[in-house]
Order: sequence, then structure tokens, then C-alpha cells
Amino acid sequence: MTDTRKITVTVNGKSHTKEVPTRLLLSDFLRHELLLTGTHVGCEHGVCGACTVLIDGRSARSCLTLAVQANGHEVMTVEGIAPNADELHHLQQAMQDHHGLQCGYCTPGILTTLFELLRDNPDPSEHEVRSAISGNLCRCTGYQGIVEAALDAAQKMRAGARS
Amino acid sequence: MSNPVADLKNISGEPQIGKAIKRLEDPALLTGKGRFVDDFHLPNMLHAAFVRSDEAHAKINGIDKSMAKAVPGVHAVYTLADLPKRFHNMRMHGMPNPHVSQNIMPYVLAKDEVCHVGEPIAIVIAYDRYIAEDAAALVMVDYEPLPTAGDCRAARQPGAALAHMNSPNNTAAEMHFGYGDVDAAFKNAAHIVREDLFMHRGLGHSIEGRACLCHYDEFTDHLTVYAASQGPHAHKRAICGLLDWDEERVRVVAYDVGGGFGPKMSFYAETIVASVASIMLKRPVKWIEDRREHFNAATQERDQYWDVEMALDAEGKILGLRIDMTHDKGAFMPHGTILPHISCTTVPGPFIIPAYKIDCHVMLTNKPPVAPVRGAGRPQAVFAMERIMDAAAAKLGLDRAEIRKRNLIPAEAMPYSMGLTFRDGKPLTYDSGNYPQLLKQVMEASDYNGFEARKAEALKQGRYIGIGIASAIEGTGLGPFEGATVRIGPSGTVTLLTGAAAQGQGHVTTFAQICAEKFGIAPGDVRVVAADTAVIANGTGTFASRQAVNAGSSTHLAAIQVREKVLQIASFILEASPGDIELAGGNAIVKGTDKKISFKDISRAVTGQSGYALPKGIEPGLESTRYFSPEQAAYSSNTHIAEVEVDIETGGVKVTGYWIAHDCGVVINPLVVQGQVQGGLAHGIGNALLEWMHYDPDTCQPLTTTLADYLLPTADMVPKAEISHVVSPSPLNPIGVKGAGEGGTIPAPAAIISAIEHALSPFGVHLTQAPVPPHHLVDHINKGRKKAH
Repeated sequence: MTDTRKITVTVNGKSHTKEVPTRLLLSDFLRHELLLTGTHVGCEHGVCGACTVLIDGRSARSCLTLAVQANGHEVMTVEGIAPNADELHHLQQAMQDHHGLQCGYCTPGILTTLFELLRDNPDPSEHEVRSAISGNLCRCTGYQGIVEAALDAAQKMRAGARS
Repeated sequence: MSNPVADLKNISGEPQIGKAIKRLEDPALLTGKGRFVDDFHLPNMLHAAFVRSDEAHAKINGIDKSMAKAVPGVHAVYTLADLPKRFHNMRMHGMPNPHVSQNIMPYVLAKDEVCHVGEPIAIVIAYDRYIAEDAAALVMVDYEPLPTAGDCRAARQPGAALAHMNSPNNTAAEMHFGYGDVDAAFKNAAHIVREDLFMHRGLGHSIEGRACLCHYDEFTDHLTVYAASQGPHAHKRAICGLLDWDEERVRVVAYDVGGGFGPKMSFYAETIVASVASIMLKRPVKWIEDRREHFNAATQERDQYWDVEMALDAEGKILGLRIDMTHDKGAFMPHGTILPHISCTTVPGPFIIPAYKIDCHVMLTNKPPVAPVRGAGRPQAVFAMERIMDAAAAKLGLDRAEIRKRNLIPAEAMPYSMGLTFRDGKPLTYDSGNYPQLLKQVMEASDYNGFEARKAEALKQGRYIGIGIASAIEGTGLGPFEGATVRIGPSGTVTLLTGAAAQGQGHVTTFAQICAEKFGIAPGDVRVVAADTAVIANGTGTFASRQAVNAGSSTHLAAIQVREKVLQIASFILEASPGDIELAGGNAIVKGTDKKISFKDISRAVTGQSGYALPKGIEPGLESTRYFSPEQAAYSSNTHIAEVEVDIETGGVKVTGYWIAHDCGVVINPLVVQGQVQGGLAHGIGNALLEWMHYDPDTCQPLTTTLADYLLPTADMVPKAEISHVVSPSPLNPIGVKGAGEGGTIPAPAAIISAIEHALSPFGVHLTQAPVPPHHLVDHINKGRKKAH
């Protein structure tokens, strides 16, 4: 039988300790062990970006990361973006306002990627937004709504920070 | 915008059709609360992996499962021989058609021959997917390789290797369409132009792959299949047919589906095999496709060769069009010949073609089966038509827009009958449209007439820019029908139930808009349950840009009927004439008074009390089910203009501007339509520049099986489409709509490649294929440079 290890991972601020197979992918750990199914898997070879999560604040492909590699680290998933159960984050609201999603499958990876971008660069240019999400494939939207959403959210977040 | 619905007296509150309502679907999807198939975790669930053919064509001499079965955690390994006897000689159901001479469909698992890499041979069921995949790799298949039919044109030659060992030849179908005297047209022509074209289209590549979770429950003797499906009712019919079960024992549900684009309309062996495995093991079985399987085993589009000849008079008016086309159908015949049929009948597009003849050869090859992907054979047809129009313009020394203007069907000619039979079996008659207006509008928006000056200026700076035009007429909203039930129960909630599955199109919002306005409530107040065969008896599926027309019209008709009943009951209870009652805020109100009754109480009134009779003439319940069945396709239309810049050293193409004039009749939700068109354009850019499923020409082994080899368009290469609308309401349905799902894709490769050719005119480049990858363009540029020296 497969080798296992006991790991402790903090996901969206909550600590989880589990015995997991060493070959278990972080994406499968999140989805099927913790039942945080918001993180999606599109290609399992690190290209499509649907599985993107933040590990210690940096974007990472959870399909190319083993769960044991996350031992002792902090993971943020799409479930951790909204400030509370009744409210959307500016970025999420802007995605709805600008029709930045259709089927919603790539959306979690887009949101985590843009969350990181706007944290590090609160006033990105359109070019910087397009470049940031150029590693996230969306087959539905043609990206325009996503780009507009990111720029709008950035503006609202800057306004929020000032007030 | 003219809006026939808004004129209806039946609307009580604020009209919702035409409003850019933010999507009701979004909050759940934005917070990780979607319900995609792989999000379901059922108790006792097992996981499946498929053993797939490594060979493109081989005899199977034996399968050894022993090592796989010995892996701890493996519950079962089934080949065809292990399934119930019923399946041993049963093939997947095809789509019969008089054109088809070899309607070959696969067995649910390979029997004694495999005909493409990726064909399923066995299913492994295990405790988790990791173990299932380990064990699948340990199933030993004894293959005896056979020669392969690869290129579809080569497969037509006498003596070509056979795609199926027992076939007489590789021809699956011969199709001939046309009208008028083509030979006379060519005899009388002042000019004849000719093009030999090749068009490759790729895969659907929804970001979520195919998926099913099959749950046979022994206690209730019932099978529920959660599926990533574009057509839950169609797939339920397929399952019932293959199992020979009655309809009440099977339910198919497709809550959230991560993109479709065609391939999820096909019904696949994996779904029936996983269902049978669940029945045999009496446990839920989940199968989630990985990306490599999507490359090798989902239906895809691929190759078409077009030999096109056009006859014109001295003024550039088209006299006739003659085409020979060869279509690669792959190893099997899912969806029969509808894809090449659509190609053949889409060619004439917005132009007057007095005489037309096309011969189409549908060839079997040892590659995955070909079935529609967004556009469904139309991008190829438009590419053929628009390339030959460009060639004619060059030959006659006319501007490319000018020659098109001279040949467009005028608006006064609508409805316009083509003289062909479309794939819906009905005469191909354009119901409404204004094609000259589309061209005019998009030329103005893009400043087409100012382009030559911009090009000359750019050339001075050593920049190569070009502009291209292409148009498409698309038969949308195909039958047979889709249904909707509108119901108000004792809770007072207006509920809409439909089989129409969405894979991102925003159906919940769109149909809620159509429904809400009839009751004076907000779209968000309508509870929509869609894509579940348990909520409505019949359905068809989401393809051919058909659900706004079909499910939208059904919703409209059912909602009007329920509204009338609400008014009838309210009028009785409130003792007022129905004309004096308005619906608002979940109440029926006598206008100008405070007399009112809630939907809740109206519903209770028609639910009655146990044992007591309802008043005479009152049918129980507030409910209506309507199945709108269109008499023929509603024809959407659009004209695209692309502006590109080509880097002559790298062959890199940047689409620098894009304009679309689009006519899908009445627009229900401008936000949703904008998104459909913009997203469709991205797909078209992929087809123009990137997406190429490569196979080894000798062995038919796939060469591009990751998204790092097969490229999809990314955010840095898709520009904003500047979209303007022309609204020609369809007279064929009560809300005047036409489909909007594919118009962004269909003309895009033709427009972009025309623009590239135009940009490279200093090198005399002539482009006859799609896509045009960078190395292809560099070759052309280098040839042009040599000629110049």
C-alpha cells in the first residue's frame, strides 16, 4: 500500500491535520479530503491554471503540488476570498458586474491569481492584468470581462483603502 | 431596439427582456459553491479509470487482467466480455441517415478491434482514482497492429489502408447538394477563380473534462447519473435504450457543467460502462476524464479539404459555385453526417449564388470520432466562401468589401429561400436579416475605408498590418423542441423547470428574465431548476445555439398561461375584471385600490381542501408545461472585421482590432450575448492561429496531448471585440430570438487569415489553410522575399 505521512496544513485560516498518501496531490487533498471543492482541476499538468491556490500568499498550481509539500504551510483557496458568508470580495463582485465568468470552472484559479496581483500591485495596467492571467485558460469568456473586472476591483479596493 | 414581447398586453410589470441583468448563477460559482460532477462525494463511492488503446488500429488477440485485479483496492476490472450478455454484440447507437453507407459505431468497450488511440477497452473500478489508474496500467492488451488510415484525402484513394478491417473501403457517406445549372454558369463566366483549401479545427476543450457519477441504488432499483452533459434528456434516452430500462428507473442531472462547446452533447461509452459497473457493483461509480483522455477520446473536429471554383460575370457578380470537399470523420459515426451537412449548406452564406453544387466525401480514419465543436462545420464553410471571394476580388481588381456588396442578399428579399435542405430536414430559408446593414455597420465601426492609408503609414515604419472581412449566416434554434414548466405552488414562489442544460450560457438568468416579467417580479425571485430529467418529462439538449429559441419560447408560453390563470382566480376572488388586475410583488392587485391577494393564497385556492370539490370549471394547480417546437431554424447573421499586425521575423500575429456586427434577433440579456460573442471570438482566434491536433502521418499516434503542445488562446492574445447589433426579430418564435452562441466563432478564422494575407501583401503571400501557425507564415514570407530578389 502507498506510503503515508501525517500533515498539518492551514487552509483559509483553519488548521487541518490528516494522514495522507505521500503521492496525494494538494488539489485532491483540498477537494476530496477537506471537501473544499471550489478549487478545480482542468488539466493536471500545470497549464490551465484552474487549480491555482495561494501557498503562503504565492500563487501555485495545486495539481503540481503534493499535499505533503504543504505541510506546515498556509493555503488560501477560492473559499477564503469572501470576507464573510453574506458578502462578496470586491473582486468577486466585479466579476459578476462585468460578466467575467460563464461556466465558472476556471473562475477559482482566476480569482486566486488576481487576488495575488491586486495585493502586490493595487493599480495594475490592463497589460499587467492580461499578463497576470495569461497562465489561466478560460474557454468561455474571451477574457474581456475578467480584465474589466480586475481593473474595476482594483479601483474599488484603492478607494476602499483610502476611505 | 424593437421588442415584440414588450408590446404584448400580457406583461404586467417592468419588461425584463432586453435588460442587462447580472447573472443569478454567479455568486455560488464565485465562492466555490458550484455543483460540478467531481464535487459530489457519495457514501460508498468507487472510482473508475479506463484502459485505452495505445494503437490507432489493431486486432485485439487477448486481454490479461490478472495483475490489475491483484492490486489492493481494486474492486473490479471489466472488459466487454465481463459485462452482461446484452452488451456483447451491441454497438453504441448512431444517427441513421440515407447518405450514410457505413454507419459504424463502437461497442461499449472494444471487442476484437481498436480503431483509434484512446478507444476504451476496459474499465477498472477501485477505492480511489490513484489505485484505479495504477491498475489500468497493469491491464495487458495483446495487440496485433494493422495499417492505419490517416489523412482523409489519402483514405479516399483506391488501395488505401482501411480504418476498419472488415470494411470494403473508407467511405462513410457521399453527399451531394446543389441547385441551378452550375455547368452553364461556368460556361458563361467572364471570370473563374479556384482555390484548394485545407481547414483544420480542433477540440472543444472545456476546462472541465467529461465526467459522470453513476449511482445505482439497489433499494429503490433506480439509477441516477450526475453528468457533465449538454443534453441530460438525450443522454437519459441513450442510457434507457442501451440498458433496455423504462424511463422511470433513470434520472440524469447536469447541475453545473464546466463548459461544453459540443463534445458534451455526444453520448459516450464511458457513461454507459460506468452505469453498468455501478449496477453490477451496487455502488456509486465516479469517472472524471483527464486532459489526455479529452485529447484522445472526446469527439473533436479535424480536417476538411475544399476544392472550390467560382464563376463570375464581368462586374463581379457570382454566377455559380462548384465544390469538392473531403471530410475526416474519424473512426466512428457519432452524430452521423450532420457536421459535413452543415458545412455543405453554410457555404453560400449571405451571398446570392444562382447555381451551386457541392460533392462531399465523408471518410473514416483511425483518429477519434468527429462531431460538432462550437461552430459545427460552419467556420470551414465560411473560410471556403470568404477565401474564394477574396480570390475573386484580387482577380477582378475589386476591393474585398466592394465585391461582397455586389453579391449580398438585399434585406427586401427576406425571407430568402436558398434551394437547399438544411440539416434540420427543412428547406434552407433565411427567416429575416439585413446583411448589407451588417457590412455597412462593421465597415464604419472599423474605419475600413481609412485602412489603406493606415497600412501605408505603418509600412513606412516597417510594420505589416492588414484587415480582413468575413460573414456568416448560422442556422440556430434547431428543433425538435425543448420544454419548460412554470408553476406556482402553495409557497407562492414562481418556479421554472426545464431540461435545458447550461454550460456557461447563463440560462438561469435568461429564462428567469423571460418568466419574471409575466408576474411582475424580479428575475432573482424565480426559482429555476434546469438540466434535471426528474423535473420535466421531455427534453433535447443544448447545441446549435438553440435554447434561447426553444427553452426561451417554452418559458414564455408557459409563463403566459400561468399568468392568465392567476388573473382568472384573482378576478374571481377579488370580484374584479382580469383587465383591472396587475401582478406585482407576489400579489394580484386591483389597480388603484388596496384590494389584493397573494400568489400564495391564489395557489392555495386552486389546491383546494381535502375532500372538498373545487369550484366548477377550475383546474387544480397553477402550472403549465409547454414544449416549443420551431418549424425550422432561425438564421442568425454577422459580419466580422479583423485587423492584425504580423511580425515578419517570427511569424507572430497580433489581432490588434476586432469589430463584429451581430444579428441574433431580439437580445434577451445584452450582457450575456456580449459574453457569448466575445468568448466565441476567442475560440475563433484559436482556430485561426493556434489549435492543431497533430497526428503522426504513418501511425495516427496523437502528437499533441497536453495543453503545452496544443495551444489555446490566452488573455494576452484576445482583443476586445467591438460588438454592434442589428435586430431582425425572427418571425418563427414568439419572442423573436435567434441563437447567439456561435456567431463569435464562425467567421473569425476567415476574417483573421484574410487580414494576415493582406498584411503580408508586400510579399505576395497567399494563404489557403487554417490555422496559420508562425512557422507556416515565416515560410510564406521567406518565399515571398526570395521571389522579390
